[in-house]
Amino acid sequence: MSNPANAKSKSGVTGIVRKLISGFTGIIWTIFAIGHLAGNLQLYKTDGTAFNQYGHFLESLGGLLILAEIFLVLFLGMHAISGIQVWLGKRKARPESYKLYQSAGSKSKQSLASRSMIVTGSVLLLFLVVHVLSFKFNIFKPADVITLANGAQARDLYKYVWEAFKNPVYAFGYTFVMALLGLHLRHGVWSALQSLGMMKPKFSPVIYSIGGIIAALVAVGFLSIPLYIYFS
Amino acid sequence: MSKETIRLKLKVWRQEGPKVKGELKNYEVEISTHASFLEMLDVLNEDLIHKGERPVEFEHDCREGICGSCSLVVNGMAHGPQANTAVCQLHMRHFKDGETITIEPWRASAFPIVKDLVVDRSAFDRIISAGGFISVNTGSATDANSILIGKDLADHAFDYATCIGCGACVAACPNASASLFTGAKISQLALLPQGDPERKRRVQSMVNQMDVEGFGDCSNHGECEAVCPKGISISAIAMMRREYVKSYF
Ligand code: FES
Repeated sequence: MSNPANAKSKSGVTGIVRKLISGFTGIIWTIFAIGHLAGNLQLYKTDGTAFNQYGHFLESLGGLLILAEIFLVLFLGMHAISGIQVWLGKRKARPESYKLYQSAGSKSKQSLASRSMIVTGSVLLLFLVVHVLSFKFNIFKPADVITLANGAQARDLYKYVWEAFKNPVYAFGYTFVMALLGLHLRHGVWSALQSLGMMKPKFSPVIYSIGGIIAALVAVGFLSIPLYIYFS
Repeated sequence: MSKETIRLKLKVWRQEGPKVKGELKNYEVEISTHASFLEMLDVLNEDLIHKGERPVEFEHDCREGICGSCSLVVNGMAHGPQANTAVCQLHMRHFKDGETITIEPWRASAFPIVKDLVVDRSAFDRIISAGGFISVNTGSATDANSILIGKDLADHAFDYATCIGCGACVAACPNASASLFTGAKISQLALLPQGDPERKRRVQSMVNQMDVEGFGDCSNHGECEAVCPKGISISAIAMMRREYVKSYF
């Protein structure tokens, strides 16, 4: 036969390894997103001191912050590459598609969220580049410098964010992308746990629901901020 | 009372051979609602033979839902709309008079089409050959109860052992992944003491073979579980992944 038993898979990386990578890096980024959201909630305060102090604290971590950032970028790269490989592999595994295809429903977890991972993921990746360029590196507009209570110099990121989200393009663009993040996490969270082999039949309905709740909370948490700022 | 016979419009995938382009062809059939789906195709084929046309090729054997030969995608769903049912056990009473039914083969590059609705599923045989068995000394059979296994464990392993190897999981998976099939066999054997000595080698070579055959990766859509005629849970896939990781330690 064309594929004898004990031939080696070409890349040496099996599909399971890709899923383990995708699941692990996805979980790390979900945890990061939750931490990031916790920080962002300071933007709800009318006084910007807390948010600016928080931003300054992160920057004062110096080497530690850079190390964390390197890992995040590395994990994101691995996450994206494994996702793209799954997508390419699927086209190779079924070159001719069905003339009629339907989900059988009931136990199936196939949904808009699960089918659009490559699309939501790609948009999120593009978004991240723009997001980091604008809010971390202030490429498009410099940030004002203020003096904090302890005398340290810091960027007035609070004002920066507020100004940015008064711009409808930013405010609604962010809102839209964060809704996509919710969709990505709707399938992503429970799927990552399944990929890491953590699902047992007894818990899986609960974990599937918890995955949905986490996705909704993260998305609503993030997208409420630009909307709040724009309309206040 | 519902009508005893219904008229159906069929769109059936016709393909002369592996390398030839196929297409959906239209047919009409009148059938009793008590007939099975495969009997409906038998009636269509008799009609085609009478007309001097080539009958539709499709696979079947037991027609009792136990052999895993039947393999039709009915209206876009592997084995049709009835849950936990192989297409040979699907009956025409689930269809309405005048309805159009589309019938296609399993579609996956690892399951090349032989003719019409028949595909070559020997890729599954090679995955099993890679490790889906227990090596035993030949000779007289050992006593069935020489190794005692608790009821819970036996039931759990049996749930995975019910796989009939039909390939519906691959057919329904948006990625054409064979993870449920492979995971079910790995999990069944990993749960039992008889499978324990070879579990590491087994999971590595079966997973490798699955990739070599050109099946896609699993994206956890869970569509396989929904179409599986035996309702095998995707917990088998999670277990396969655990087994795979453990096999390297
Ligand atoms: S023909 Fe045997 S399972 Fe359908």
